Amino acid sequence: MPPPYPPNVITANALINGDVVYQTRDDQWSETLAHAEIITDEAHAQIRLLDAQSQPEKVIGAYLAPIKTTPDGPVTTLFREYFRATGPSNYPHGKQESRHV
Amino acid sequence: MYKYTDFDAAFVANRNAQFRAQIARRIDGSLTEDEFKPLRLMNGLYLQLHAYMLRVAIPYGTLNAAQMRALADIADKYDKGYGHFTTRQNIQFNWPKLSDVADILDALARVEMHAIQTSGNTIRNVTADPFAGAAADEIADPRPIAELIRQWSTDHPEFQFLPRKFKFAVTGSPNDRAVTRAHDIGLRMITKNGQAGFEVIVGGGLGRTPVIGKTLRDFLPEADLLPYIEAIISTYNLLGRRDNKYKARIKITLQENGIDDFRARVEARFIDLHPTFEDVDQQILTTIKTAFAPPDFVQAPVTLYTEARTHDPVFRAWSDTNLSAHRADGYAIVTISLKAHGATPGDASSAKMRLIADLAEAYSDGEIRISPAQNIILPHVHKSTLPALHAALLRAGLATANIGLVSDIIACPGMDYCALATARSIPVAQAIATRFDTLEIEHDIGPLPLKISGCINACGHHHLGAIGILGLERAGVESYQITLGGDATETATIGTRAGRGFSADDILPAIERLIFAYLALRVEREETFLETYRRLDIAPFKTALYAQEEQTNAA
Ligand code: HEM
Ligand code: SF4
Repeated sequence: MPPPYPPNVITANALINGDVVYQTRDDQWSETLAHAEIITDEAHAQIRLLDAQSQPEKVIGAYLAPIKTTPDGPVTTLFREYFRATGPSNYPHGKQESRHV
Repeated sequence: MYKYTDFDAAFVANRNAQFRAQIARRIDGSLTEDEFKPLRLMNGLYLQLHAYMLRVAIPYGTLNAAQMRALADIADKYDKGYGHFTTRQNIQFNWPKLSDVADILDALARVEMHAIQTSGNTIRNVTADPFAGAAADEIADPRPIAELIRQWSTDHPEFQFLPRKFKFAVTGSPNDRAVTRAHDIGLRMITKNGQAGFEVIVGGGLGRTPVIGKTLRDFLPEADLLPYIEAIISTYNLLGRRDNKYKARIKITLQENGIDDFRARVEARFIDLHPTFEDVDQQILTTIKTAFAPPDFVQAPVTLYTEARTHDPVFRAWSDTNLSAHRADGYAIVTISLKAHGATPGDASSAKMRLIADLAEAYSDGEIRISPAQNIILPHVHKSTLPALHAALLRAGLATANIGLVSDIIACPGMDYCALATARSIPVAQAIATRFDTLEIEHDIGPLPLKISGCINACGHHHLGAIGILGLERAGVESYQITLGGDATETATIGTRAGRGFSADDILPAIERLIFAYLALRVEREETFLETYRRLDIAPFKTALYAQEEQTNAA
């Protein structure tokens, strides 16, 4: 058996405001990692990546990013992805801002 | 200050209209990102980690009050109420929306500013000594030369697609505050037998291959400048490598061809080009020079200043670190620190920008400069007004007395913003500044340039820090490498790697060990960190950094 395909999400930056977004199961783009479609199959991952990359009017630079699934939902495993999912550490800007309200 | 001519204004307006149309076509889907990217980069628009970033040029680091207010308005209206001043005297906005960028550029054009050639493989914003036109040690104001180069290089048809980015810096003083030896071309204004001219330094640069620039011509008469630099860049344009972007900078072209071969080609090209300029450049330079006439300096007593120094220890501490010698009697150059302990180096809120604009009008003939150390300078302040200026700065939290000290850190945006980063730099800067403030020893430590980059591209000049910190990624976590002995001045030196990197948790204690080792090693208070390092070399500092763990490992 091939090794199991590690869980991934598809992420990109939104065209207008550049914010980090995640592809959802129903072909939307969400600013929240928890809404992302979690992909665990390699062939499916390639198809979904092509879907994402064919939406230049919505997003820029779509790619697969590894995550870990937890009872609380997906969490990032790379620290770059952690910052993308959170926002900068010097001000409560970016995604942290909406979480504050 | 230089005022746009009708030609300049029409050129910028035209360019903005073009880019507005390009943005519209990107948004409606007629342009793909691959098609749009080079267009946006030509106009200073990057895509970063969380948002777009717009880099606006501040030519030779000079701003007037109206321009500073316009930057503040842009920060409020289109961004998150602040801007980030960079080591190349630019300002970056970290949160613009693509759909607002054309309006931002129009707002900039209204105050004669733009973002053209702040990115891409072109000739970038020309930087200059931030004390230009004010410094006591200056031979001549370098800004007319910088403006001449800007006019010649902006939209220069031959130089829009160079092998790689190309950066100029100009200084008119023997004490180099413009980092000329780390630029593709550095120009030092000098005189020889009473004639004005330049030492032309070529091939400096940082990044993954740090190189100190070499002298291509030890004396170039002033009138020969444009044909000579055109000869350099057209030689590089042909010879520079386009197959590998890590080998594309002029510093590598020089290494691969040898400086003598390169010089011979430049001199030959110069002979061809020289007659084609027909002195038009010199006529333009004469006109530009009138725009940089010094203000009318007044003669007035400075008793208020001397009294404040005697009676007010806070004022005295600030005036010890934040003032520099002015060429006019009774005047000082004031550096306003954007490095309050714990703040993000180089960031200024819109409120602070507006206050600085007001203070510039009240006390500095309306002039403001941005320094390559990411601070703000009021170049022409009469000493009698310093106590009032200081009081206003103090009320606004802008009177941090730390210029040149360990908390006056240069730091790039790093992983908090930058898409290319391998580690964060801002939190490291914040932690170091806060720690030495708490210890209350930074004035005792004395001058100590500390510089941090969040990746090998070295935007934070870490190679040139007496202490440099480079953030890398090792096995999925941040790892910080220390370099020692770097120098950004006229005695420019690339720092030496101290050894193994430190984790995010260990970097602050490591820096503390280094600095305490220096305090123990210096022969007298006046011996700076860099001087002690040069006297003793790296060994005792390595011991300070690594001995403790070697003992632990051996135990
Ligand atoms: C945030 C977006 C930025 C990006 C994408 C970026 C990208 C780069 C890259 C790729 C290089 C290496 C060039 C080479 O070696 O050929 C570089 C160098 C440099 N950047 Fe940045 N940078 C950014 C921000 C900054 C900032 C904020 C500053 C000032 C604080 C800055 C100042 C410099 C300087 C001084 C160099 C070294 C010049 C040299 O290599 O000769 N950059 N940058
Ligand atoms: S040094 Fe690296 S991390 Fe820092 S701004 Fe430059 S490219 Fe980004």
